[in-house]
Amino acid sequence: MAVKSVLSRVALASAIVTATTGVFASGAGSQQAIVKIDGSSTVFPVTEKVAEDFQKSPAAKGAKVTLGISGTGGGFRKFCNGETDISNASRPILEKEMKACAEKGIKYVEIPIAYDALTVVIHPQNNWAETMTVAQLKTIWEPAAQGKITRWNQVNPSWPNAPLALFGAGADSGTFDYFTEAIVGKAKQSRSDFTGSEDDNVLVQGVSRNRNALGFFGLAYYEANKGRLKAVKIVNPKTGQAVAPSNKTVIDGSYLPLSRPIFIYVKADSMKRPEVKAFAEFYIKNGAKAADAVKYVPLPASDYAKAMERFQKGQLGTAFGGKEEIGIKIADTWNRKLVD
Amino acid sequence: MQGSLVGVQGNIQRRQFWSAVFAIAGLLVLLVAIIVLLALILQLAIQGVPRLSWAFLTSFPSSNAEQAGILSALVGTGLVMLVTAFAAIPVGIASGIYLEEYARKNWIASLIEINVTNLAGVPSIVYGLLAMGLFKYAFQLGESVLTAGLTLALLILPVVIVTTREALRSVPSGLREAAYALGASKWQMVWDHILPYASGSILTGIIIGLSRAIGETAPLITIGALTFISFLPPSPFKSDFPFLSFDWLRSPFTVMPIQMFNWVSRPEPEFQLNAAAAGVILVALTLLMNGLAIYLRYRFRKGVKW
Amino acid sequence: MFYRDVWVVCLTMVDQPLVISAKSSFYQKKRHRDLRQRLIETLLFLAALSSVLTTIAIMVLLVTESLPLFQKVSIVEFLTGREWAPLFDPPRYGILPLVCGTFVTSMVALCVAIPMGTIAAIYLSEFAAPKLREVAKPILEVLAGIPTVVYGYFALLFVTPVLQILYNPLGEKLSEWLPDLFPYELDGFNMLGPGIVMGIMITPTISSISEDAMRAVPVELREGSYATGATRFQTAWKVVFPAAISGIIASYILGISRAVGETMIVAVAAGLQPTLTLNPLRPAATITTYIVQVSLGDTPHGTIGYQTIFAAGLTLVLLTLFFNVIGYFLSRRFRETY
Repeated sequence: MAVKSVLSRVALASAIVTATTGVFASGAGSQQAIVKIDGSSTVFPVTEKVAEDFQKSPAAKGAKVTLGISGTGGGFRKFCNGETDISNASRPILEKEMKACAEKGIKYVEIPIAYDALTVVIHPQNNWAETMTVAQLKTIWEPAAQGKITRWNQVNPSWPNAPLALFGAGADSGTFDYFTEAIVGKAKQSRSDFTGSEDDNVLVQGVSRNRNALGFFGLAYYEANKGRLKAVKIVNPKTGQAVAPSNKTVIDGSYLPLSRPIFIYVKADSMKRPEVKAFAEFYIKNGAKAADAVKYVPLPASDYAKAMERFQKGQLGTAFGGKEEIGIKIADTWNRKLVD
Repeated sequence: MQGSLVGVQGNIQRRQFWSAVFAIAGLLVLLVAIIVLLALILQLAIQGVPRLSWAFLTSFPSSNAEQAGILSALVGTGLVMLVTAFAAIPVGIASGIYLEEYARKNWIASLIEINVTNLAGVPSIVYGLLAMGLFKYAFQLGESVLTAGLTLALLILPVVIVTTREALRSVPSGLREAAYALGASKWQMVWDHILPYASGSILTGIIIGLSRAIGETAPLITIGALTFISFLPPSPFKSDFPFLSFDWLRSPFTVMPIQMFNWVSRPEPEFQLNAAAAGVILVALTLLMNGLAIYLRYRFRKGVKW
Repeated sequence: MFYRDVWVVCLTMVDQPLVISAKSSFYQKKRHRDLRQRLIETLLFLAALSSVLTTIAIMVLLVTESLPLFQKVSIVEFLTGREWAPLFDPPRYGILPLVCGTFVTSMVALCVAIPMGTIAAIYLSEFAAPKLREVAKPILEVLAGIPTVVYGYFALLFVTPVLQILYNPLGEKLSEWLPDLFPYELDGFNMLGPGIVMGIMITPTISSISEDAMRAVPVELREGSYATGATRFQTAWKVVFPAAISGIIASYILGISRAVGETMIVAVAAGLQPTLTLNPLRPAATITTYIVQVSLGDTPHGTIGYQTIFAAGLTLVLLTLFFNVIGYFLSRRFRETY
């Protein structure tokens, strides 16, 4: 029967391929010079731009860059296991991760590369909450608000009696951690009855379709959707001035407390390889350009110069002691002692 | 007697009516399914087709939406599916044959059967976590095409096993007995008599399994599929002996659904068009793969008559 | 030659009480054939072992990784707590909301998939012309192959707005009548949209495998039924369907398993907030979306928060095991063989 012969031929072919695969699969990997990077999906767009430009530039000498998006946590796990050369991180390395790295003898250089401004957004037709204070935001987002604060006029009596529709980052993301720490006072303390999403575009959709919506996400998503959203001016707790998020206000430190630095961590051992060294230096030199291109806020030039200094001197460890910090200007952290 | 004749006619008409109603219902269901499929594909196509071009198919990903392309993702998907098919099909069919024809029907066999259907319900990300520990670290296969293919093979194995078993079950035992009566051994009976008849249904299971595998994202990210890679795995063909290389199995890679997911999450609206275009290509790939299997099934089935 | 003959004599002497002629090629062939059979059987057995080993590996992984969590959180609290917020401060570890989310989305999906799939299968197998069948079956199978990410965005951007258009005029009146049951307007994130889309995705699984099972029913049964004057529908429903019930239930089980284990569609379109509700009009999170969210997020690995994903996965596997056992015994009761 034709069926039998086809089947037997296919079976024979499969058997041969499987056997030879087994024999050859134990061979060595690629011979190319590759810089392996993994980590936060927030930092990904910046690193991608830099990687792309690097590969085209003469400094690369044919080296290639690969990028994963396992998340900041997943990225650190691989990094501290020695699997990646550079880790993208939307927050400083935490104590638990520092321990894991120390156990495996992985040392690193911490390099801040840009700011991400967390933008609070409302519907364009929302003309009552164009300016908000941290205290008002706290009233809305703190755990005690769950099930109780459900209408705008409960926060400020002069606001309309309309239902409050909340949108925000999921509880596993660095964005969420930072927002809650900055607004409520402690990381992860928040009401849980809001619409969370992995995909900030989905939050954009949600807020832009609902007059009574309030949401928060990274500046880049606001900038790309300016036509359908309105950014809320946050009253700076120190100066009392209402500040709208923008490159300028983040760099000069007036948009507080919602601007957060994002980092890359470079493995000390990998720095000995020419391609990794070339890439890291290229990153610091072109970080401003890349951040701008993907709508993140570049650091001031002086910070990049300090970063280059730190890298070239090979100063290992983190300036944040394994903890998150709110409302920090990177310029203030250069003189800190680095902890391993 | 006459009264009952009228009664019988009425009865027949009533039953024919319900039969016709059901036929319409069946047609409606098919229509709904086809309309949904068309709506889906149309929605993708309207956004994505304008973006399709040779450049899109042959460029690497980029942070500039207009220059970005799916070459690495396309090649990655093709290679991973190849490995998945070669791993899952033989093992799945062999398992099914053993469990259905050879295993003694005791409580252990029941346990294994329940176990296989249970595996079909394990979320794909758990397979990813398992594969990370097993293939990536324990077997030292690294973040490679081979690991991905084996992970997806594990994922679709239950589907292949269950459909193989059902396919073998549906072959009437008269055939088996006839084969034995001619003096065939068990394997001869299975290979020459049962499998040809069951191969059509087995192919159905393979189609459904592979279709699922091609669209998976989460387990592959867990085992280290990349999102940005601007070079291809080494070619399987070399210019000197032995002319065939399997280095591509150990190489890093990315796949289409991951690329799509990444683009869809970007703020710039141009990336949404890219994602739609990638979606169109992915659907086309699935159609191609399904088409091949369906053609094979059609050829097998043509030669079979109960 | 001599030694081979001696060897054959020894073999036959061990095997058969009678002394057979040493040059008997029949027994040689039989020996070879038996050896081959053993070899093939062993190979097949090893293949079948793979599924058992996979399950053992999965259980080992899930149990060992969730143990540290259960040392801190009591199992009672885990199983009966009504709030799931392990990454918040203070953390709450009740898995019921996730179980409800999984349950509701799967139910919606199955309410779509089982009727549609079964009707389609019966229609294609018993009513449709062969040409229509050859065309319709592949088209249905393509539905199974659309990437789940695409389905997720389809549910979010197309199905949900359509549902909103349908629901919102009604919703105003219904929410005055029963405000707890009916929200004022349908949320952009809810369980109905992704549930329906999941159902459509699973329909080909059920219809294709059921149809294969029904086609395999011997034609004599159908002919016997027609001979007694039954209509097509009666034959299909009362004769063929029960005869193929084993395959049909297998397809239902595979469909249910797929619904319960589905991740991306729900992750994109149902919102990610665990809500303890049986109302499909509200947003919720399922066990699978929680696992994906955390394992690809920023939570440091090795922390309690991260380990909750293994506990959640373990719960899911045990729940599906429970239902699979029931399904297995049900299907065994109804199976018919020829």
